[in-house]
Amino acid sequence: MKPALSVIFLTTLIGAGQGLYLAYYSAEWFVMLNILPAAQVDYSGYAAGLSFLLLLTGLLASFFHLGHPERAWRAAAMWRTSWLSREVIALPAAMLLILVYALLKMSGNDCLVFMLGENIPISIATLAGFGAVLAVCALFVCTAMIYACLKFLRQWHSPLTVFNFILMGCASGFTLATAISTFARDGRFDYFSGMAVFLTLSALIFRYASLSRNKRLRGPPTLQSAIGVHHPNIRQLSQGAMGGSFNTRAFIHTYGVSVLRLARRGFLLMGFIVPVILLQFSAEASVLFFAIAFASQYLGLLAERWYFFIEAEHPQNVYYQMIS
Amino acid sequence: MTQLALVIDLNTCVGCHACVTSCKEWNTSGTAGPMVDRNPYAAEPTGTFFNRVQSFEVGSFPNTQTVHFPKSCLHCEDPPCVPVCPTGASYKRPEDGVVLVDYDKCIGCEYCSWACPYGAREIDEQQKVMKKCTLCVDRIYDQSLPEQERKPVCVLSCPTSARIYGDIHDPESEASKAINDAGGYQLMPEWGTEPANHYLPRRKVKITVHQEDLQRADNPLRKEDRGPRAPSTRTTLDDSTSW
Repeated sequence: MKPALSVIFLTTLIGAGQGLYLAYYSAEWFVMLNILPAAQVDYSGYAAGLSFLLLLTGLLASFFHLGHPERAWRAAAMWRTSWLSREVIALPAAMLLILVYALLKMSGNDCLVFMLGENIPISIATLAGFGAVLAVCALFVCTAMIYACLKFLRQWHSPLTVFNFILMGCASGFTLATAISTFARDGRFDYFSGMAVFLTLSALIFRYASLSRNKRLRGPPTLQSAIGVHHPNIRQLSQGAMGGSFNTRAFIHTYGVSVLRLARRGFLLMGFIVPVILLQFSAEASVLFFAIAFASQYLGLLAERWYFFIEAEHPQNVYYQMIS
Repeated sequence: MTQLALVIDLNTCVGCHACVTSCKEWNTSGTAGPMVDRNPYAAEPTGTFFNRVQSFEVGSFPNTQTVHFPKSCLHCEDPPCVPVCPTGASYKRPEDGVVLVDYDKCIGCEYCSWACPYGAREIDEQQKVMKKCTLCVDRIYDQSLPEQERKPVCVLSCPTSARIYGDIHDPESEASKAINDAGGYQLMPEWGTEPANHYLPRRKVKITVHQEDLQRADNPLRKEDRGPRAPSTRTTLDDSTSW
């Protein structure tokens, strides 16, 4: 498949935004449960605001993928059958709930709804935030299932795709949360950096598993089955178009093996190894290290998503053995 | 239930591209149009087509055959492109099984083209919507056309009658009979998409003619024994005169 640039930005930006939100919202619960110390200045509102901006940027990027962005609202119609349609519903839902949470937290106008047990106060922000967690989880599944549900794209049609989207999104979000926490000095550094390392390493394992799965996939459909002529020796003479067609432009990439190897090694290094090394710095280190860790991871994940597209071999390519 | 489809005979297709050009002509000026071209008269011409003919060489020289392979939307009975469409622009008509795109609803996200394993869908570069073979749905029900012309235009234009159109769920239709009698098959059947369009395989058409067949040896009404009248042996005027 040819990589769709806007989709690469959409999936990586919303992944980081969702991970960042989950990092700060889960930390808030740990504070309420007295597992983490309470911060002097609570940055969770600002972190959620940043998460909202990441989701918004991702949403804007996705519009560049559409031929008719003005009709995008129609895409919510077929949620019964289409994962893309479900994503179109889950993304604004997550954005709205995260925005409510962020505004309540930042303005300080939060009010108590009820006490859970003896000493856990459940406020409107906590409730909205919980709704946002559900929407974020749904969004992760919807985004990944858009690719994983296409059974003819064998490289994508695997549960590993879903695990990878969730793990990579959460890993980059927790790395970003680590950088924010270093800047804010809100006592959540150990939780965020520990989780970021754990998630990044898990994502590396799952991505590696998917890379090795894709290396050993059973072959694409044969030309014999594609045109129904059962002879071992078939050669294409003409593809039916002189200057290429949508089929050759959209599904066939022309990158060489060396470029692909470079991309694969690059994203494994930048997206996983470099951030894990930089996350070993202590909370007293400069925020710059963690900003670089996030930047490296984000660039690595961009390359990963690019490679994710390149990796997928569309079965229709069997009809385009040569161009004449 | 009706399932309209094409049955394409690879044995008679000569790869003349008449179906390609007539398809483009009809559909670019019909409800699916315009089907936009880029550089139509320059190098690297490209554009939107619903139907293309590819050619393959089968066998090894000198024992080869050229197979011309017309390729369009197969109107699958279980079309993978339809459920993935987020807007409902792609749909399969329950009444006749034709898979269509509503160009006013399509957002041009190309997701259906990712889902179709045959590469039957093309985005129109100018209109930015997904297009594909409509089975000439604006022709086959047109009451203003004579009944024998209510067929997809590729079927009408084929000079070798390699394209048969009909309801493959009706066992009495010409299309069903062709599938049953001539070994009609589907493309990539292992994917389970149940393409409605079928292809008829290459067949050996060589026949051996025996002398008895020409002689009509056992026909009681045969005329071979009665040859033309024997020439006269009498002298004619020509024998005695010279001009």
